[in-house]
Amino acid sequence: MSDARPAQVAAAAPRDAARPFAAVQRTRRNVVKWIVTAPPFLFLLVFFLLPSLIMVLASFRYPGEYGGLAPLGAATHPGADHGLTVETYQFFFSSFIYTEIFIKSFIVALATTLICLVMAYPLAILIARSPRRHRDLMVLLVILPFASNFLIRVYAWMIILGPQSAFSHFVNSVLGVFGAGPVTMLFSPFAVLCGMVYVHLPFMVLPLYTNLEKHDPVLLDAAQDLGAGGWQRFWRVTFPLSLPGIFSGAALVFIPVLGIFVIPDILGGTRDILIGNLIENQFLTTRDWPFGSTLSIMLTLCVLATAGFAAWLARVGARRA
Amino acid sequence: MALLEIRDVTRRFSDFVAVDHVNIAIEAGEFFTLLGPSGCGKTTLLRMIAGFDLPDEGQILLDGRDLAATPPEKRPVHTVFQSYALFPHMTVAQNIAFPLKMAGKSPARIRDRVDEALADVRLSEKSGQYPHELSGGQKQRVALARGLVNRPRLLLLDEPLGALDAKLREDMQLELIELQKEIGVTFVFVTHAQNEALALSHRIAVMNRGRVEQIDEPSKLYGFPKNRFVADFIGKANLFDARVIDSAGGRLRLEVPGLGDVEAPARADGGVGAGDRGVLSLRPEQVRIAPPGHAEQLRNHFPGKVHDFLYIGDVTVYIVELVNGTRVEALLPNSAPGRAKFFEPGDPVEVAWRDDVGHFLHE
Repeated sequence: MSDARPAQVAAAAPRDAARPFAAVQRTRRNVVKWIVTAPPFLFLLVFFLLPSLIMVLASFRYPGEYGGLAPLGAATHPGADHGLTVETYQFFFSSFIYTEIFIKSFIVALATTLICLVMAYPLAILIARSPRRHRDLMVLLVILPFASNFLIRVYAWMIILGPQSAFSHFVNSVLGVFGAGPVTMLFSPFAVLCGMVYVHLPFMVLPLYTNLEKHDPVLLDAAQDLGAGGWQRFWRVTFPLSLPGIFSGAALVFIPVLGIFVIPDILGGTRDILIGNLIENQFLTTRDWPFGSTLSIMLTLCVLATAGFAAWLARVGARRA
Repeated sequence: MALLEIRDVTRRFSDFVAVDHVNIAIEAGEFFTLLGPSGCGKTTLLRMIAGFDLPDEGQILLDGRDLAATPPEKRPVHTVFQSYALFPHMTVAQNIAFPLKMAGKSPARIRDRVDEALADVRLSEKSGQYPHELSGGQKQRVALARGLVNRPRLLLLDEPLGALDAKLREDMQLELIELQKEIGVTFVFVTHAQNEALALSHRIAVMNRGRVEQIDEPSKLYGFPKNRFVADFIGKANLFDARVIDSAGGRLRLEVPGLGDVEAPARADGGVGAGDRGVLSLRPEQVRIAPPGHAEQLRNHFPGKVHDFLYIGDVTVYIVELVNGTRVEALLPNSAPGRAKFFEPGDPVEVAWRDDVGHFLHE
């Protein structure tokens, strides 16, 4: 580091010699910096990076006879070196079932993200353009659902969409008018989507609001002054300026939805299994840890690829805007 | 017919009258300035011309047509905002192209007009840069080019030079004059800086508390202010309370309490008679300052004492306290090299002025 900027160091050294206090102060500042940043750094190292590496290793191992992992270098699998294998990855690609579940999960995550975006945008604009004294209250209302338990909120949807609920009666009687048969809404992709959108909506509203609130209203005046009507002002000024908010909101919705298993577990039917459920099953039901790890790593790779694609899209979009 | 006619316009905000029965007619090709202290209603008036606000009473006519029903985006009027309001996500060229795009011009025509506008403000090499990469003066020029590119009938400028430092402001003033002359678009300029208004405008409307105090050419405004407010706001003025004793032969004889008789020129519009009360306004550069007994050749001369002085560079401003306690400002040019100070505070001096300067104002 220091030899990268020799000129600066050379210039700074005699000055510090003349003012020893400055050197002491600089050292103290560095020590403080380390003390403050070390705990979160160590925390992430121990509880995120190491487990991730352990999982990568686990995905290349054999399952144990009674679940878990087979010991390394085990003789149970003759011909295998050190008990490492790519069998699980081969297994993943051997059947289209798993790829299909991945694709389905992506579609659900994408749909949830889009629905959240369409629902959150007007709300975020409304909050951002309200008088300042009302904004805090409105933001509080948006995050209020977090005050009650996540599972209770999801179970509430089970009741709302259940066959005996007022909502179901209403929907079916309306459908009846048009001669369409009664539908069961619970344990369906529709129910899963309802739950997903409901739970993740605040994660879209908040970053959007934070972004929109910072827009200088005089820009809209300028656009109008220069001949832009309402839609033009939105598409050419508000929307492009809100792209960073849209991207962070989309990331906060898309990524968790991709991996979530509780909502499809409770609200989905037996055929609505998503990646999250698949991974959960490998660890808790099938007890095939290596395959669970493999699925988990595939999921991580997919998320990274999507994020990379979005970043690329944003850069290209910014250049062309 | 005037290009823009503001006819008896009033705008109230609850019980505060921001604009109070204002009448202004602006001719095509004019550089017209609305000048006044903050809160005088000039910005409200500008917003009503742009269409962001509507008058409670009266009409705003452009080319003889009432604008009340026309929203801002449909008015052939563009604004240069105080903060420039450049679109941060667009390049310089895209910013300038914006009004053309909104007007539905063809891409080829937009390209030509943008290139032309960039050349007009000497920013051709910056066309691909974003606003945050530009200096204050460059942002200002982009805002101007954007406002002018599709040749509006009227360009409104809301204190556009306020954010620039003094040196740059002077350069931009010259550029503004050039640009306006070259393009011929009518400018309506809003400012609270009287020197800026005097330097730039063909005509100025001085506003105070929502009312127009005087509309005139800069030299008329400075030389013949209509009332105390204008005299005090435009340039510096020494104001003496005075009573007219006699008004004959193109001369006014005034009595200034505690000081004595003063002779001043009669007003061109006449209308001043013996017994009238008002104020005598004298510009600091009209007041001479001399050692005691050296100003007898001038009709109006009074003894006083130097109270303080401000060294400004080209001139020194002396503040002299007269016998009746009035403080008078007098300018002394520093053209003699090395002579920065002629008098010290406390020195007895004589202030004097010719009998053909000064301007009597009715209260």
